[in-house]
Amino acid sequence: MPAPRLTDVTTVACLFFIFLVPFAAAGLALMNVGLGRSRSAGHMMMASLCALAVAGLAYFVCGFAWQGFIGSPGHVLTLSGKSWNWIAAEPFFFRKLSFDGSATSLTALFQIFCVGLAALIPLGSGADRWRLRASCLSTGLLAAWTYPLFAHWVWGGGWLAQLGVNYGIGRGFLDVGGAGSIQVLGGLTALAVTWILGPRRGKYSADGMAPAIPGHNAVLVLFGCVLALVGWIGLNSAGAILFTGGEASGTALIVINTMLAASASALTAAVITKVRFGKPDASLTANGWVGGLVASSASCAFVSPAEAVVIGSIAGGVITFSIEWLELRMEVDDPGGSVSVHAVGGIWGLLAVGVFGQFQRPVLNVAGDSLPGAMNGIVSGQWLAQLIGVATLLGFVLPLTYGVNRLLNRFYPFRVSVEGERQGMDLHELGAGAYPEFVTHTDEFLPR
Amino acid sequence: MKVLGFLLLLAGWFLVLAAIVLFATPPLRAAFVLAGIAVEVLGLILAVRSQLIPREEKG
Repeated sequence: MPAPRLTDVTTVACLFFIFLVPFAAAGLALMNVGLGRSRSAGHMMMASLCALAVAGLAYFVCGFAWQGFIGSPGHVLTLSGKSWNWIAAEPFFFRKLSFDGSATSLTALFQIFCVGLAALIPLGSGADRWRLRASCLSTGLLAAWTYPLFAHWVWGGGWLAQLGVNYGIGRGFLDVGGAGSIQVLGGLTALAVTWILGPRRGKYSADGMAPAIPGHNAVLVLFGCVLALVGWIGLNSAGAILFTGGEASGTALIVINTMLAASASALTAAVITKVRFGKPDASLTANGWVGGLVASSASCAFVSPAEAVVIGSIAGGVITFSIEWLELRMEVDDPGGSVSVHAVGGIWGLLAVGVFGQFQRPVLNVAGDSLPGAMNGIVSGQWLAQLIGVATLLGFVLPLTYGVNRLLNRFYPFRVSVEGERQGMDLHELGAGAYPEFVTHTDEFLPR
Repeated sequence: MKVLGFLLLLAGWFLVLAAIVLFATPPLRAAFVLAGIAVEVLGLILAVRSQLIPREEKG
């Protein structure tokens, strides 16, 4: 599989879309801040900045070397005469990488933002109790090992991408904008971090009640949603150009689908909360919006606008109930809703490619349109390829990310002390609050 | 129970990989992939259940 050759127009368009991706990171950071407590707001923003920095550096040192790109050299296992490309073999520190506007150099630029985005997701679930240095170390592991490994399998010509070529399973695992590589991977890491940290003090009482700990700033959360939309437009469009061989002219459909999926998902969440609680819930609607963006990421290039609306609507419903189920029934204290929004929403988005995907042009994962079963753009077996990808995320990535974070927690405990949690992460870890001129309610300092 | 849950997750994934390599006919391959995913779901349920907080530790 050779790397795609981009025309000048497509290169400029791709660069423009890549430059939009940091807005997604800004949006997620603002949402995480707003959904946490006021006494940890500065700490969360600091942790987001540090996560972006650590992820970028770790990816520069060894992440890109292990992820590679389409057509790059890799370590290959041969099973039953078929090659299984499981990790790239590029040199560290971006050596031998020509910054000449080629698809390879654009991939490196795109990925350095994507890995930062993936690193921000677990921060939302560890809000109010995850120590800054521990989160940086965990981010380093994610950016240097977990993310590049799975991203190589999907975007670097790895075995998941080659399922179509090697075994005739659809067009191989397809993930245009990183619903699996970024969102589900980040969401599963968030689940692992939540399990390791445990719930915030006072979240679950002995009588079985789980009192709500509302976010401190709905404006930040909702503004974060708007920024996330801009970022996701870049994410999905640049991903379609770099990983499916799309043209700049095809990005209009991708942008429309992204917007429609987010809109349908947010409105579904708003209607569900209005019907159930009497008033629409701002934080769940915001989570629905981002969940719609996440679900759109895998399929935005392969579905019609009407199908994007259906995908978004289902995402909004699933995410709304998932947040409640995880919090109340499974006792997963996830202040940012990261597990439901990114892991559950992303898994639905990946499966939606198998359900709704239509392929009117060749994608880079396969040699052409000559696959068995290809008829009117519908390829048999695509649902199976998507299921295999989801099975890999649940069966391999979740144990891997839980294992490495658990090991790290043994040497460097993740959770802040009881005194630190009571005092707030801002004062305890940074020495100053995010809102020093505000009066802090004394009941916030009462031990729960 | 938590370790068992994660072992089941891995076992389900290996079942999926084995289905890809060993079976050439699409229905058989699909059936074994689905079986692997079912094992993963069992593992996930075990892992989630093992994280539930004992009542005496709440508060």
